[in-house]
Amino acid sequence: MNIDSIQNGVVIDHISAGKGMELVRLLGLDTSDLSVAIIKNVHSEKLGKKDIIKVDADVPFNLDIIGFVDPEATVNVIRDGVLVEKKKLTRPKVLKGVIHCKNPRCITQVEQELTHEFRLTDDGYRCVYCEAKAG
Amino acid sequence: MRSIIDVMDLSVEELDELIASAEDIIKDPDNYAEICRRKKLGTLFFEPSTRTRMSFEAAMYELGGHVISMSEAGSSSAAKGESVADTIKTVSNYVDIIAMRHPKEGAALVAARNASVPVINAGDGGHCHPTQTLADLLTIHREKGSFENLTIGLCGDLKFGRTVHSLCTAMSRYPGTKFVLISPEELKLPSYVKKGVLKNKGIPYTQTTNLEGSLKDLDILYMTRIQRERFFSEEEYLRLKDSYILTEDKMKLAPEKMIVMHPLPRVNEISVSVDDDPRACYFKQVLNGKYMRMALIIKLLKEAGRL
Repeated sequence: MNIDSIQNGVVIDHISAGKGMELVRLLGLDTSDLSVAIIKNVHSEKLGKKDIIKVDADVPFNLDIIGFVDPEATVNVIRDGVLVEKKKLTRPKVLKGVIHCKNPRCITQVEQELTHEFRLTDDGYRCVYCEAKAG
Repeated sequence: MRSIIDVMDLSVEELDELIASAEDIIKDPDNYAEICRRKKLGTLFFEPSTRTRMSFEAAMYELGGHVISMSEAGSSSAAKGESVADTIKTVSNYVDIIAMRHPKEGAALVAARNASVPVINAGDGGHCHPTQTLADLLTIHREKGSFENLTIGLCGDLKFGRTVHSLCTAMSRYPGTKFVLISPEELKLPSYVKKGVLKNKGIPYTQTTNLEGSLKDLDILYMTRIQRERFFSEEEYLRLKDSYILTEDKMKLAPEKMIVMHPLPRVNEISVSVDDDPRACYFKQVLNGKYMRMALIIKLLKEAGRL
């Protein structure tokens, strides 16, 4: 399968297979006007299978979102067809406005315009308000 | 601005300091009778409460301060759809410190983040109720003399009981603590408390459904109510509500120095006849709660530069 290489843009590579679509959604690429290629289940020496997202525009992404979905992914910035930057990711300690708390008893369900916020704990992300586990 | 959302917001040293302060208030209440003169406590209770609200109000009056209360949530700004953040920003202009109870979990953190005065969480849904834990700790300290080497039996609703979770967390910081977790299968301590608190800190615990068989090993029996309001199904509540009832007969199986605690209100889980047993400490807990709230109000007002 061939996808044209991009001249100016961002390639998010080494995404664990199956997480590409979630990342597209959380980055808002599913509703944007940008040219986006989503490649699923590509063969990978390292991972067996992986997903890749190519965005044909040099736009800044919220690396916390990518680090939250898959801290092992790589973010490559391409300018004039050349790889100019490879960004390393970590799991963000705090995640604001990315995912929503699903606990019906949580204040985030009723408080006007309250940003949903999660903190990384020993057993994953928990809502800072009610401490319910994300997911 | 320092607020208290969870009992874990206080270090062990600060807890010791609060207990020492409460003991001093008990010893010499006249020394504190004017300490909060011209200071105002705002009590914002978005859900019904008798004891906690009155305890905060009594605490402030005994410190020589004043209390401004929101009337019932049903007739307040909340009923008109005002957010917690807006309510708190408004009330911060009128008072020096706020005690707030709200049915939603995490509401106290929203309040603390928007207040310009200290906020004390007086209960946010099933999440935290730190001043109840402070009452529990002062009771344990006064009755047992220290926090070390105690075997604590937690009995009843260990799943939804926020006081149980907070007490587990607070007591896990002291050496020699052991827990006996007594509950029906459906109301066992959640795994995030077992894993996140007990296992993480290497605290020994056993789980059982048998109250009678556990009593002989306990220094403290902490009874809890099966809380109707935490169940989605009435049927499930009715099936579990009478799981454990502590009676005079069962108390005969308990050590002479074991104490019985309960965060109150009780429904029927402790027989009224147990009240006369010298080991029954739950009404002492109520009084201790007032002293710890007094100590906490003083501490937070001092830290905020308002005393």
